[in-house]
Amino acid sequence: MATVFQQEIHVALSDLKLQRTIQSATARFGEKRREVIAPDVLPEYQELRDHASRLKQHTLDHLDYYLEMLEARVQERGGHVVWCADAEAAVEAVVAIGREHGVKLAVKSKSMVSEEIHLNEALERNNIEPVETDLGEYIMQLARERPYHIVAPALHKTRGDVADLFVDQLGVERTEEPEELTKIARLILREKFLTADMGISGANFLVAESGAVVLVENEGNIRMTTSAPRVHVAVTGIEKLIPRAADLAVFLKLLGRSGSGQPITSYTSFLSGPRREGEINGPDEFYLLLVDNGRTKVLADEEKRETLHCIRCGACSNVCPVYRRIGGHTYPGAYSGPIGAILTPQFAGLGHEPELPFASSLCGACGEVCPVKIDIPRMLLALRRDVKRGEAREKRWFPEKLAFQGWSWVMRHPWVFERAGLMAQVFLPPQGGDAWIRKGPGPLEAWTDTRDFPPRAPRSFRRLWRERSGKAHKEPAA
Amino acid sequence: MPDRDRILSKVRSALGRSSGQAVPAAPPPRLVIPSWSLEERIRRFSENFLGETFVAANGDEARDFVASKTEGLAAVASNSSVLRELGVSGLPNVQCGFVDRDELRLACIAAGVGITSASYAIADPGALVVLAGAEEERLISLAPPRHIAVIPADRILSSLDELFTVVPDPALESSSMVLIGGPSRTGDIEMTLTLGVHGPREVYVVIVE
Ligand code: SF4
Repeated sequence: MATVFQQEIHVALSDLKLQRTIQSATARFGEKRREVIAPDVLPEYQELRDHASRLKQHTLDHLDYYLEMLEARVQERGGHVVWCADAEAAVEAVVAIGREHGVKLAVKSKSMVSEEIHLNEALERNNIEPVETDLGEYIMQLARERPYHIVAPALHKTRGDVADLFVDQLGVERTEEPEELTKIARLILREKFLTADMGISGANFLVAESGAVVLVENEGNIRMTTSAPRVHVAVTGIEKLIPRAADLAVFLKLLGRSGSGQPITSYTSFLSGPRREGEINGPDEFYLLLVDNGRTKVLADEEKRETLHCIRCGACSNVCPVYRRIGGHTYPGAYSGPIGAILTPQFAGLGHEPELPFASSLCGACGEVCPVKIDIPRMLLALRRDVKRGEAREKRWFPEKLAFQGWSWVMRHPWVFERAGLMAQVFLPPQGGDAWIRKGPGPLEAWTDTRDFPPRAPRSFRRLWRERSGKAHKEPAA
Repeated sequence: MPDRDRILSKVRSALGRSSGQAVPAAPPPRLVIPSWSLEERIRRFSENFLGETFVAANGDEARDFVASKTEGLAAVASNSSVLRELGVSGLPNVQCGFVDRDELRLACIAAGVGITSASYAIADPGALVVLAGAEEERLISLAPPRHIAVIPADRILSSLDELFTVVPDPALESSSMVLIGGPSRTGDIEMTLTLGVHGPREVYVVIVE
């Protein structure tokens, strides 16, 4: 029986319009990224990646120290730090802050952590209206869908889809012009910014030494969210730390380029605490929510700790042949693409998401583009191993285990391997011409259902090797 | 146990560290500063910045340029001394000198142009650096559909690396430092570039030599 994940994959694959949309959008992202990291444009690119990776590793390896430093600095500047062990604690904290300040309307800028903890649903239940203000997120909120892509939430929607949605949900006159649609959203959201009592943001980076939140964007909605309302709440994971402001010189060069192919985005905000004496606009109260929700578990796993390096640029999704086919909504959890395939099982527990680490061709493209050098393919393999170990413990793996033990024994004994190859000939159809095998025998049929098996070569690789290297070994008898 | 202590103790046991244990120095910041002449920095800024750049030979030229871009529009100016000295704040349709939050906000919403200076600009990548404080403010460069920034040429730094050498910790100076790379933009609908989503769709930088 097909699992939910498999069913979702089929839904995505059979939607041709969707396939075209994802393919072209991710291709554009990929091209733009390649242009701005080309060796003649950014010769130091590899050096920047190395440096970023080293900084992340150092910070995570001493995370307790940097967390305490950050907390002290935020408090010195009149901000509040709220530690949240899990999703429940985090949403409760936001709701409590909302109550304390009599909040009815909260404007939100894009935050993957708020997706992860299902913040909007909790706010609605508690009579606080959350309004997403990033255009893509706003479209997703109107459609009642979750983000399709880490960087481009509405990547799968065509202008026609957005037009329909605006007519249905906002009652406006129909237009398919992105310019006009954007204008409509600007007008509606302007009103929200000015009347909202609270602004909720995420964080791209937390600067320990400064007690600051760094936010990177193009639209200006983050600046509005964090400047207009009286209360600013930043909700983020404990892994976002970097030691000093000067480290941004490396990270900002990588983030914009890897994410959207921009040397710098339109706005980068460096915010530390509530507004100060002499500053006219800015929040009166600032809260920083530091969310664990599974992150300390990942931290404890030295082999996979580097998963926490991620700066959520989305580059790995754009190059992933699997994401580019199955799309973002097929992945369970808030995070899609290769990073989702390694993050979600670690957050949720492998028992919940055993299929995700297998949703990869292990082509290596994700690891190659990752600006902070997360070895995603290696993480995927390690997770696959963990899944299989778990299954073995539950004794659900017996036939597969036997088969692989047999295979591994054959592989370790060259003479057996060679004879096995010769024996396979007996079961395979005659060679030459188009002798692809379209229907495998017995249980192998499942494999040939979706692909063909190549015919056996007339001469084996081992035989050719012997012949070319001039070593005259005796051919074993069939 | 409160969440704070629970999380910190989990972090420590994950890392095999104890409370208060010393930490080796972090890898030093990677700051490489090119030595570009002022002309070079102006040239690169104009090339890299995604808004429009106008180089004014003197204060009068700068003021006239601003006047031409604010003609017939309500404008709000920040309390920057640069704008006052150049006479920009005194232009007929420019309001300035705000101290009250609500009044400033209403003026920003109604205005067609926001005029500011900037603490710095960066040549590569092209960006303005605005620190909120007695001179600058968060909304003037954001809410109106057109933003004009007037800066003395010698405030143009070469790179992000130089910015973080000059301002190693922005938090010591302001609750808000923003780098502005150009107009507000989005590609959220079919990756079609659309300007002026929540911020200005036009940004002019006037460099005064
Ligand atoms: S894993 Fe790497 S490439 Fe993927 S989103 Fe995170 S930082 Fe970007």
